[in-house]
Amino acid sequence: MKRNSTNPAISSDRPCFLRFKAFKTLQTADGKLPLDISFELDKGSLLTIYGNSGAGKTTVLRMLAGLTDIESGHIEVEGEAWRDTSRKINIPARRRSIGLVFQDFALFPHLTVKENLAFALQKGDDKRLIDELIELMELQQLQDSRPARLSGGQQQRVALARAIVRKPRLLLLDEPLSALDDDMRFRLQDYILKAHQQYQLTTILVSHHLPEIFRLSDKVICLEKGQIQRMGRPSDIFTGEKLSSKFKLTGEIIEITQADIVFIISVLHANSIVKVIATADEVKGLRIGDKVLVASKAFNPVILKIG
Amino acid sequence: MIDWEPLWLSLRLSLVTTVILFLIALPLACWLAYTRFRIRAVVESLVSLPLVLPPSVLGFYLLLAFSPSHAFGKFLDHYLGLRFVFSFPGLVIASILYSLPFMVNPVLSGLKSLPPSLKEASYTLGKSRFSTLVNIILPNIRPSLLTGIVLSFAHTIGEFGVVLMIGGNIPGQTRVASLAIYDEIQSMHYTAANQYALILFAFSFTILLIVYIVNHHFSKVNPLP
Repeated sequence: MKRNSTNPAISSDRPCFLRFKAFKTLQTADGKLPLDISFELDKGSLLTIYGNSGAGKTTVLRMLAGLTDIESGHIEVEGEAWRDTSRKINIPARRRSIGLVFQDFALFPHLTVKENLAFALQKGDDKRLIDELIELMELQQLQDSRPARLSGGQQQRVALARAIVRKPRLLLLDEPLSALDDDMRFRLQDYILKAHQQYQLTTILVSHHLPEIFRLSDKVICLEKGQIQRMGRPSDIFTGEKLSSKFKLTGEIIEITQADIVFIISVLHANSIVKVIATADEVKGLRIGDKVLVASKAFNPVILKIG
Repeated sequence: MIDWEPLWLSLRLSLVTTVILFLIALPLACWLAYTRFRIRAVVESLVSLPLVLPPSVLGFYLLLAFSPSHAFGKFLDHYLGLRFVFSFPGLVIASILYSLPFMVNPVLSGLKSLPPSLKEASYTLGKSRFSTLVNIILPNIRPSLLTGIVLSFAHTIGEFGVVLMIGGNIPGQTRVASLAIYDEIQSMHYTAANQYALILFAFSFTILLIVYIVNHHFSKVNPLP
């Protein structure tokens, strides 16, 4: 468990994709709330910001996007300062390479789906990207409809596609799935993963839905009252205390094979493959590529001294 | 047959006033909608003042200001060669001030009812403020723009007190339809007065009817989220 202190040493010894350090006093319904957050993020990762409402999750996204200013601190992406209060640098939202999916999707009501995407094109951009995204998000049937005629899930897909048109360095998703039912949620998580992988995005997601966090993210930040409480991998943060297991590891399913009445699941953990036996019931809902936690409660390991 | 000159003049005055007013009111409404300065309340009050002020008060002060025997009027007359009293340009200026709330307030409430995320989404998609205004904000407040334009136009047609004070009653120059009616009644020409009145009545009603029909159509086609 990493307690995020304001340690200047962190920021100088290794190159990283995003450095974020911000302080701001927020005006909330319960009075003033000092928001003091700093974290770093590697390229290609998918971070979830988790926390109660009013913890400052959306504000962090808005600060990254340049829609809410910070009082002091800096935001740096791939060595380029987007905001630095000490150097008085403030790149406006429209010049930051971001894609933001708003909680209310913010689709332009007077434009069709295709026009909504095309609006995000910059001068000289390849128009074929629009068709590619429409295909990726399976919006072909809807491309000439106005947003008002779309369901919540469809609007979400349009908003996601629109946010990617600029091929942003940073994709920000503000509780994009909160208004959807579980079935739709699950399918839309696929779209998010698909987009994240295909366009090699670095993504920050605000969510308080645990299955979603496990499925999507490789890193979680728990926010509470404007401060980072915990930061780490989802399994470390959410399962560490709840399971009384003596042994556990997380990995990705790379193979599921049937052997008589049981299944053998191969889980890739770091660089080694762990084979786990599972019943047909357990295998249900598991697919290749899923991230899983392997834990054992009654476990008696053999310890051998080496060297 | 009645003299069509006053009606034509009213129409011209309304048209010129509305065009100029639109260009002034749009940036003003945007500023009022998005600024956080305290002075906003003062500006809002000033804009809405013509709603409650007797037109004769506004006309009287404009008359004083533009009169060549006073400092400001003298300055305009001497250095710029402009004389606004008892002239068509003077009428236009007075009408702009008098109809200001009818243009600014609908546009302002339209802007305020628009979810801020639309504007922000446009910024995050790399668009400038101007591009956002033209491509996103204005198309989504079309009903408010139409309401503002039509109300200002109709209100200017129906103006009486301000016009009388600043314009006098010069045929072909400042004698608009509303003044013509007053004139005809004064000279007991009730038939002519009735004709003017009926035309204005029918005209105003038709305009408002069109606005409501069109706005109803807008809200069905493009409901806001």
